[in-house]
Amino acid sequence: MEKQSLSKYHSFSYGARRGAGRLLSVLGRLFLCLIFGFPFYWMVITSLKTKAESIQWPPTMWPRILSLDGYKTVMTAMDLTKYFKNSLFIIFWVIVIQLLVMIPAAYAFAKYEFRGKKIMFALVMMAYMTPTVVTFIPVYIMFAKIQPFGINLLNTLWPQILPFGANAFGIFLLRQSFMQIPEEVIESARMDNAGEISIMAHIMVPMSKATIVTVLLFSFINHWNAYFWPLVMCRTDEVKPLILAVADIKNVEEGIVWPTMMAGNTLVMLPIIILFVFASQKIIASMAYRGVK
Amino acid sequence: MGEIQFKNICKKFGDVKVIEDLNLTIKDGEFTVLVGASGCGKTTLLRMIAGIGPATSGELFLDGQEVSDVPPGKRDIAMVFQNYAIYPTMSVKKNIEFGLINNKVPKEERERRIAEVADAVGLTPYLGRKPSELSGGQRQRVALARAMVKEPKVFLLDEPLSNLDAKLRVTMRSELIELHHRLGTTFVYVTHDQTEAMSMADTIVLMKDGRILQVASPVRMYSDPGQVYVAQFIGTPPMNILPVEDRYLGYRPEKVKFGEMKGTYCRKGRVLTREMLGSETLYKIELHAENAPEKQGTIMVKTEDYAHSIGEELWIRVEEDELYFFGKDEMRIKPGDGSMEAEEILERLRDYAGLHF
Repeated sequence: MEKQSLSKYHSFSYGARRGAGRLLSVLGRLFLCLIFGFPFYWMVITSLKTKAESIQWPPTMWPRILSLDGYKTVMTAMDLTKYFKNSLFIIFWVIVIQLLVMIPAAYAFAKYEFRGKKIMFALVMMAYMTPTVVTFIPVYIMFAKIQPFGINLLNTLWPQILPFGANAFGIFLLRQSFMQIPEEVIESARMDNAGEISIMAHIMVPMSKATIVTVLLFSFINHWNAYFWPLVMCRTDEVKPLILAVADIKNVEEGIVWPTMMAGNTLVMLPIIILFVFASQKIIASMAYRGVK
Repeated sequence: MGEIQFKNICKKFGDVKVIEDLNLTIKDGEFTVLVGASGCGKTTLLRMIAGIGPATSGELFLDGQEVSDVPPGKRDIAMVFQNYAIYPTMSVKKNIEFGLINNKVPKEERERRIAEVADAVGLTPYLGRKPSELSGGQRQRVALARAMVKEPKVFLLDEPLSNLDAKLRVTMRSELIELHHRLGTTFVYVTHDQTEAMSMADTIVLMKDGRILQVASPVRMYSDPGQVYVAQFIGTPPMNILPVEDRYLGYRPEKVKFGEMKGTYCRKGRVLTREMLGSETLYKIELHAENAPEKQGTIMVKTEDYAHSIGEELWIRVEEDELYFFGKDEMRIKPGDGSMEAEEILERLRDYAGLHF
């Protein structure tokens, strides 16, 4: 009898502990969601409030009057399409150049033996670890001095593109991924009379798709959200990316108009959120692969 | 045509010499098997022919033409890798087609050749599938089809059967022999499995430590081994080798019979273990003829006779012409070869009282 009650007691305690653990973990996750999700929520509802409601105390958690004034102001006050085009142009070329540099570099680092390989890879890693604040002044001076064909590069979008052509993080990540591809597959392709470019295009890249998508996604988000670098490199309004233009919204005489500003921010965030919805599976897959290996 | 000739080939990995001054001719149209324990340099040789692991020095001829500087894709050679090395992101069809596209074979001919090869290896229903959706045997066929479709002068096969289960291996073995007969091209096959070598080869090249020990047909390799290592490498179980002072006496387990008989080599022994294999039985027998010139030890016997039990005392016998003799350097010596060493050993054995010669 005694034994039975003891085991009952044990199972109760075990079940209770397990239940408590599960509850804690759910609460923890909810808490994290709240921390990360609330600013987004606040941004979106503020963008839908009237100016008066946005500064009222106590604040409302849901707009009493749904107003699109913020969005209307953003659309009319500035040439959104121009800045949007600037941002897209920058990102398009950053990604194209990064791919052209990153894939051959990672391939060479992963599968070739050559003199100075270790030193060169160390240089790549150093580039990855060097903070932007150290390099922005020399880079700016460089772009100010070099004027190919008499064109002042600072009046173009290229200072926002060229310094990011070599993605050190991408080279590192892709090298790891390439290293996992068995040597025989490449040798087999060589015996199939495939050139090195064909091997990269038809074997290496398709086999590392998840990693490449991840790298490009990070790159996209970084450059879409980039604020500091464009701020330094933009001398004219013509070359501003969307982020800078939206940041300018607050610089108006009547003070910060929160709905307008949040509307601008929401518009900036939209492409990234859409992208993430479509690519999140790929990102998780590439990370999980690395984790298990 | 597909004759391969190695001349004074050396290969080093760093400071380690793997192959030193090797000469070998692989005949056109033959099924040649390079066999040896792992690390003997057989795969290294194969990779040289393929062009993916060049020799450190020496010359390699393909149909009389020096090919050391010819890239792998231009050698008119196809290779099947041990782990198949299939392109995982491509469909079966694309896998087979990749080499043809790179060689700029026109589309119509590509289609025709792929259909033909897929039919030959039984892959037609799977052409649209990805390799991950195939079984081991099917992947193996993809690798084979990929090689066959190129219609190469030389086929290189690097332990292509070692990842298959035992049953499939036997089936694929006979399929490969058939394939070779049908195509009539040169096959160079690397394996560590002497059964594979014996069953498939026209010529066996037996290697050890980067050197070639013997090149011969399977029959000669079995019946006329040049040294102790070869005698023990070929045949399962390996040849029984017994030291006679500083020389060696050998006989094959399957040539041993039970019971004494005049005019044969006879010894007394005791059964240690018995393994029933079906048509044959394997006995491990401890010899204990005292004061015999050969050092006493245990031998293996392979016979159809399964009637003996463990612990039983019995006589074993071997016909005189089934005895092999090896010298101090473990090289084969034969009666009548002029050195008289073999005769000496025979004399010694005959002198022993327990013998019925």
